[in-house]
Amino acid sequence: MKKLLKTNLDTLFQAIASRQTLYIPVEDAGKQAAFIPYAPGLVMSGALNTARSAKDLFFPQVESLVNFRMDGKHIEIVSAEAEAKPFVLFGVRACDARSFDILDRVFYDAEPQDTFYAHRRDLGTVVTLACGAPEETCFCTAFDIDPAEPAGDVSVWESGDFYLFRANTEKGEALLRDLPLEDASDGAADAAKDAIRKITDLLPLKDLDLTPFGAGKTQTFFDDPAWASLSESCVGCGTCTFVCPTCQCFDIRDFDGGKEIRRYRCWDSCMYSDFTQMSAGQPRPTQKERFRQRFMHKLVYYPDMHEGLFSCVGCGRCLQKCPIHMNIVKVIRTLGEETK
Amino acid sequence: MNDALIPQIGVVTQIRVETPDVKTFRVVGLDGKKPFEHIPGQCAMLSIPGVGEALFSITSSPTVEEYLEFSIKKCGCVTDWLHSMEEGQEVTIRGPYGNGFPVDTDFVGKDLLFVAGGIGLAPLHSVINYCRARREKYGTIDIVYGARSMADLVDYREILDEWSREDGVSVHLTIDNAQPEWDGHVGFVPNYVTELKPDTSKTVVMCGPPVMIKFTLSGLMELGFDRRNIYTTLELRMKCAVGRCGRCNIGSKFVCKDGPVFRLDELDELPNEY
Repeated sequence: MKKLLKTNLDTLFQAIASRQTLYIPVEDAGKQAAFIPYAPGLVMSGALNTARSAKDLFFPQVESLVNFRMDGKHIEIVSAEAEAKPFVLFGVRACDARSFDILDRVFYDAEPQDTFYAHRRDLGTVVTLACGAPEETCFCTAFDIDPAEPAGDVSVWESGDFYLFRANTEKGEALLRDLPLEDASDGAADAAKDAIRKITDLLPLKDLDLTPFGAGKTQTFFDDPAWASLSESCVGCGTCTFVCPTCQCFDIRDFDGGKEIRRYRCWDSCMYSDFTQMSAGQPRPTQKERFRQRFMHKLVYYPDMHEGLFSCVGCGRCLQKCPIHMNIVKVIRTLGEETK
Repeated sequence: MNDALIPQIGVVTQIRVETPDVKTFRVVGLDGKKPFEHIPGQCAMLSIPGVGEALFSITSSPTVEEYLEFSIKKCGCVTDWLHSMEEGQEVTIRGPYGNGFPVDTDFVGKDLLFVAGGIGLAPLHSVINYCRARREKYGTIDIVYGARSMADLVDYREILDEWSREDGVSVHLTIDNAQPEWDGHVGFVPNYVTELKPDTSKTVVMCGPPVMIKFTLSGLMELGFDRRNIYTTLELRMKCAVGRCGRCNIGSKFVCKDGPVFRLDELDELPNEY
């Protein structure tokens, strides 16, 4: 384990940023944190979570796939953007770190592999930060995520005047190798971990029960009458899907720039009516079906396809951002109660 | 970068008018050869940059070595554009996608009953011609095909001149309403199938509008068919065709990669949302 005096954090950032692009969470004037490239003068946010999740860095909201040139009946394929450079993502929380595993199964481990995602994933080094002060909306522990033991290539803890660093992968070791860090004892972070677990034990959502859900539960929940009341107020704004670290649905569209046509993909949402609209009909005609799709996918369909792993990490962003105060916790409680 | 989402360029070398709203497009690669091999029932993404990309059944049989063909109904942005283009136009193409029909496994040695309505013949056209080309591998072939009117029957000439004249192949055509120049069967496909009283040992392959599927199915159930011997294809909106854009998700399946061909007992396991 390595350590660094908290007052030297900026020096560390400068050292990393001299070699790679460094993304840190920084607050804007409205106190909303976002991962942006480090520049001298920027201060890492102490906020628990960024407003949007860290998935942006691997699965950007908009990305070019390919460009075309059209000339009469002739089409020419022009390759898209220049290659991205290696980067470090610093200050990712345990929940978002798990979301990368969930996205990896869709994009990285899939056949065929999504080369755009895989390329960014290979270039990125993830440095996680243990949660010093989990919030009331946090329920990562319901998904067996330990905010005191965040995954990633390097894990970081705050302990007194120091940050403590532990490399978890070769990529992480390579990052720490040349940084101005001092040695620390192996158990140096134990006190910090104990303190975090004492807080998580007090969180109001810590007992959220996921056992009624998971693989093979489609028939149990699909026709549940509760979907109608749960979805009744949903305005279909899609905010939950956009702030969600595991939502991965996308659209592919063309933009005709005159000289070239850019084919790009962008985040999309199963909460939108035109997501599944076809000339032949609409398989999810009302907001009830769209709402159900989102939660069934996270709690049943995804686990069905991925050895029981849920596609939710309990980050609580949707709890904070939904304009009608509907969220996955209410869905889990309402549907879960009925099975008892 | 070489990604599944990046298409290759194809050339449309022939366009045939099938019906007032269906045209068949022949596509080859820039090298003049078939863009890729496929299994009957599989699909491909065609696009015109700037207009959009859409998934279509490959209509030609894999036994055709020179090209791929697509019979496409005009019904939206991309299909409008395809219908307005001329021969020699380049398009983008990627694929093949989906599972296809089990032509080399479950279908082998079986008597086959194909039931199609309207443009639903498109995916079956590939299977029918594949089975005709490998005639010795299959039993009898019955084809029940219906459309709104005579003019709406896709591949009409090929059906009359080739399919109808082949030993072991029985073609049963029907149109919704009587027409002076039509001396064949008049009526809806589901009723016609029931009237024909097909033997329940047959393997059924169905494709057509949902209402046709629904009523044909209840007729087949009444006749005593086993759901494990009935195949159909699903159609949902798709963007990526490789199981990650999320649109065609039904339960634990993605129609683009786990379908579009499903056996009825497999469909029974899925939530009814298609």
